[in-house]
Amino acid sequence: MNQDAYNAYSHKTSSDQLVEVAKIAAPYKNRPEMLMSVVIQVQRKVRALSEDVAAVIAREMGIPQTNVYSFITFYAMLSVKPRGKYIIRMCESAPCHVRGAKEIVRALEKMLNIKMGETTEDGRFTLEYCPCLGICDISPAIMINHETYGNLTPGSVTQLIKRYIREDV
Amino acid sequence: MEEMRILLRNKDKINPTSAQDYIQTGGYEALRKALSMDGQEIIDTLKAAGLRGRGGAGFPTHMKMQFAKNAEDDVKYVVCNADEGEPGTNKDRVLLTTDPNSVFEGMAIAAKAIGAHKGFIYLRAEYPYVFPILKEAIENARAARCLGDDILGSGFSFDIEIHSGAGAYVCGEETALFESIEGHRGEPRYRPPFPGTKGLFGKPTLLNNVETLANFAPILRNGPDWFRKIGSEGSPGTKLFTICGNVNHRGVYEFPMGVNLKEIIYDVCGGIAEGKGLLAVQTGGSSGAIINATQIDLPLDIDHVSASGGRLGCGTILVIDDTNCIVDIVRNNLDFFRSESCGQCTPCREGGTHLYELICKICDGKGTLRDMDTIVDLANTMRITALCGLGHSTAVPVLTSLQNFREVYESHLDGDYCPVCGKDWGN
Repeated sequence: MNQDAYNAYSHKTSSDQLVEVAKIAAPYKNRPEMLMSVVIQVQRKVRALSEDVAAVIAREMGIPQTNVYSFITFYAMLSVKPRGKYIIRMCESAPCHVRGAKEIVRALEKMLNIKMGETTEDGRFTLEYCPCLGICDISPAIMINHETYGNLTPGSVTQLIKRYIREDV
Repeated sequence: MEEMRILLRNKDKINPTSAQDYIQTGGYEALRKALSMDGQEIIDTLKAAGLRGRGGAGFPTHMKMQFAKNAEDDVKYVVCNADEGEPGTNKDRVLLTTDPNSVFEGMAIAAKAIGAHKGFIYLRAEYPYVFPILKEAIENARAARCLGDDILGSGFSFDIEIHSGAGAYVCGEETALFESIEGHRGEPRYRPPFPGTKGLFGKPTLLNNVETLANFAPILRNGPDWFRKIGSEGSPGTKLFTICGNVNHRGVYEFPMGVNLKEIIYDVCGGIAEGKGLLAVQTGGSSGAIINATQIDLPLDIDHVSASGGRLGCGTILVIDDTNCIVDIVRNNLDFFRSESCGQCTPCREGGTHLYELICKICDGKGTLRDMDTIVDLANTMRITALCGLGHSTAVPVLTSLQNFREVYESHLDGDYCPVCGKDWGN
């Protein structure tokens, strides 16, 4: 693991939160098939599925910690490094691409003053690409946490992000 | 042109989570019938109907079912593949959100046919809002005794569990999907053994796409002859088409198999948006063929599209207008495949990245004729040697676009200005 990757994995989680993680994972000792369900629940509670979190999950479920790391890093929506409170996912697939996705990306990057893949300094927003969101009838589309928004223009997406900045959502 | 709504019969007409609403429109009657039949009779009915898988491969459904039925094991599983990851495909989302009971009914019929008592729905992570709908619908179906123990008083038991993905296109491949449910990285398995004998948790498993499962109840209720009268000879029944990109009326439509592509684009979807011209159409999602405007007078069924070098796949139609560039679209497709490659087999992991880099070089105006030969070689190698469908499919848009738009590639080699590729490159 290179230094950057390690630094990302080493995000510290508070002991209170680790207790919560243990509570989520403990009922599934020796039930490796519950790993997906556990990490999805855990990710709602912690900022990152980092090393200390993975260690607790591994211990409580009785599976090797390397398996937990390998699992988390396989799936795009699970993250070992901290992400923002709002994760803005921009569809990168062809149906959005041919409907002006690039201009939406530019507007998002300008509005939040970060590049795709980055998180704002205040930890509120992360910009990410994702594959097709499955809402191509309203492309170009984005998903912010679990909410989807479509038929976007640079103007409308800017207004939308303003609402999130004001917590008017 | 009128839609023929068999699978979408209840869309926006009933409360999707209410089992009672579904029952009032004739729902679960087919299951009641299936519960009084033996497994082989159910399979023979689907065989007579000629139903083929709607997830992309078009494999005869009854054969898969027969494998799972023939396997001797006390524990078997039915899995619903709701990992609708093919870019541009929305049909399963529409079915699951507007009529989930039709999918549960199909799963229960399949379970009765092969002798399974447990089913799984693997739902993609990009549809988090579908999860609560399915959960509520399953609870209501259990309360109505259409799922759970002693279904409809028959003594037969079958229940469904929902599993969520976490963002991985490859998990739409059946064995990768099993790995994911089992709590592993979604890396496809070597086959054989095939899922019918050794699938989820090592048990005989029948895996079907959402739309395939939704076909079971109408076939059992109305009979195979009725089904055969719809669609074309090799592909009976209707198909859900997701039409996206640069047309005026985008969305999911249901038509008999064999419907003409040109009519869909111009009559149903109102033609190209904003008065622009048609450049190309990609059928079957990013893993499908890219054809040019002269090739769109094409009947959309499994065999016709295959014969033309493409694939109907999951029924996705991406319409691309003439402000786009084909090489740029292929670059977008390849970017998707190289990010989604699970990395397990070398042809797909390395080949996908190399193809992407070669196409970028061409977009950049720095490509050579030799690069084009390398692209063809590499794409063919992936098609032959990759472990799963992801690697095989990567080749399809590349090879078909080279065939159908060769002059566009050549103009990039010659350094002729391309307003799409030349603009904002590297942004």
